[in-house]
Amino acid sequence: MEPYELTITEADSLLAEKKLSSVELTRSCLERIERTEEALCSFISLDPDQALQTAVQADRRRDRGEGGALCGIPLSIKDLLCTKDRTTTCGSKILENFKPPYDATVVEKLNECGAVIVGKAAMDEFAMGSTSENCAYKIPSNPWDIDCVAGGSSGGSAASVASGQVLGSLGSDTGGSIRQPASLCGIVGMKPTYGRVSRYGLVAFASSLDQIGPLTRDVTDCATMMQAICGYDRRDSTSVEQPVEDYHSFLSEGLQGVRIGVPREYFTRGLDPEVNQVVMNGVDVLKSAGAEIVEVSIPHIDYCVAVYYLIAPAEASSNLARYDGVAYGFRKEGAQDLVDMYKDTRSQGFGPEVKRRILIGTYALSSGYYDAYYKKASQVRTLILNDFKRAWESCDLLISPVSPTPAWKKGEKADDPLAMYLSDIFTLSTNLAGLPGLSVPGGYSSSGLPIGIQLQGPHFDEGALLKCGFNLERGLSLERKIPAICA
Amino acid sequence: MRITSKEVEHVAHLARLHLDSEELDLMTEQLDTILSYVAKLEELDTDGIEPTTHAFSITNAFREDIIETSLDQDKALANGPDHSDDSFVVPRVI
Repeated sequence: MEPYELTITEADSLLAEKKLSSVELTRSCLERIERTEEALCSFISLDPDQALQTAVQADRRRDRGEGGALCGIPLSIKDLLCTKDRTTTCGSKILENFKPPYDATVVEKLNECGAVIVGKAAMDEFAMGSTSENCAYKIPSNPWDIDCVAGGSSGGSAASVASGQVLGSLGSDTGGSIRQPASLCGIVGMKPTYGRVSRYGLVAFASSLDQIGPLTRDVTDCATMMQAICGYDRRDSTSVEQPVEDYHSFLSEGLQGVRIGVPREYFTRGLDPEVNQVVMNGVDVLKSAGAEIVEVSIPHIDYCVAVYYLIAPAEASSNLARYDGVAYGFRKEGAQDLVDMYKDTRSQGFGPEVKRRILIGTYALSSGYYDAYYKKASQVRTLILNDFKRAWESCDLLISPVSPTPAWKKGEKADDPLAMYLSDIFTLSTNLAGLPGLSVPGGYSSSGLPIGIQLQGPHFDEGALLKCGFNLERGLSLERKIPAICA
Repeated sequence: MRITSKEVEHVAHLARLHLDSEELDLMTEQLDTILSYVAKLEELDTDGIEPTTHAFSITNAFREDIIETSLDQDKALANGPDHSDDSFVVPRVI
């Protein structure tokens, strides 16, 4: 077994026992990147020298008997997390040379842990997309079939973890952007409760929906990374002052007394039979572990796509107004006046999906249409929230698919925005209701592509999700594989 | 049609985007498809339903009114495509 194949937990043990050094582990990952990056395209930028320097320091820290589970562990982070003096592009041409003057809170936390940040992962421009094909720099491939998409928008993060380039990653999830690529690439991805992780230094897409979370190879590693990034931060006014639980304490076998809801509306038309089978198999596994299975209803699930694709673009149109060629990023030179400079800059700097969403959002917020679109969507959001509140009266968690299908071929939905939006149907509700969500590998399709299972829970019940995910992982006991990357 | 190319052009101006004629046609068609889809919200009676803007709302995250150090001016200016010693430089406004 090569060091890059280890989970964070395994690597931590070897590092603690001095059977492996962070420098060796980091070199193993860097060599893996060198061999696979041409086919995978998971990184927008890499900094091997910095990574090795951090690894040296991590080894010294461990020698002094200091440093926790992430000390010396090679990770990638999605390129919309601000890294001080290190280019942060958000997958957009408009931020091609942007070097933030500060670190995001989660980056600060990883640095304090001594984690080795190897590079910045590829993503859909400003996290808008479900395949990472909207990245202005490179389009990440699915490690299980490089002609397929890695999912999105945290596609580079997922591909880098699944392929052994790094041991874990941080992504962001506005409508499924951690859980869906995790599912499509066969790894674990968690979207924490809104307010659980500080968004300070996360470049904003839709502020009422965005949340940072980990992508890892197993549930135990997910708990480790959650422990490192969660917590109140005064610099994010939506961050919630609630104590962080010991997530590892939830990782035990047995689900006696746990009621798991199967929302009947999730298992209808459009769901791939293989995905259905994997999720139903997951239900059986949880039942065997002692859980009680109950049927529940989320009646407004069918409206999530419509609600999301009004609210998220509305918030985005406002958030992205700041890219005007004045304070940072790209500016198109040669304009005669200020308005032309704005228009030229934004028209050249943004890609088509970002423009499309800015236009939808601006329209939905514009005079005369606000009530019909934005307000209406916000009211239906209340109905969706109420659906979940009702569901929590009869169950503790929900189990469902993550994506209606396994990964699809690159280019397949690229010209049909609505078809792409509809693929997010199962993940969007989590963000609209601010809930925590977890994607756990559930099995494989007949063509060998991974299929994930989604768990959703009440606000701040990440522990219950991890417990259930842990039992799912144990019960399914899928062989842990890192795909061979064939270019 | 839920939206016309003239409306898309107006919205593009509000959003400070310039669309060439090909882009305008494509965006109009795609926006029309999307708006036709989201019109399914009209099926629901939402009279008297309060809108949700934040799923987990906290009100008024106040802090003490104490002056703290903030970003140095040179660092704040450093990413600007064009700047002088103390300000961003833009094309003439008037």
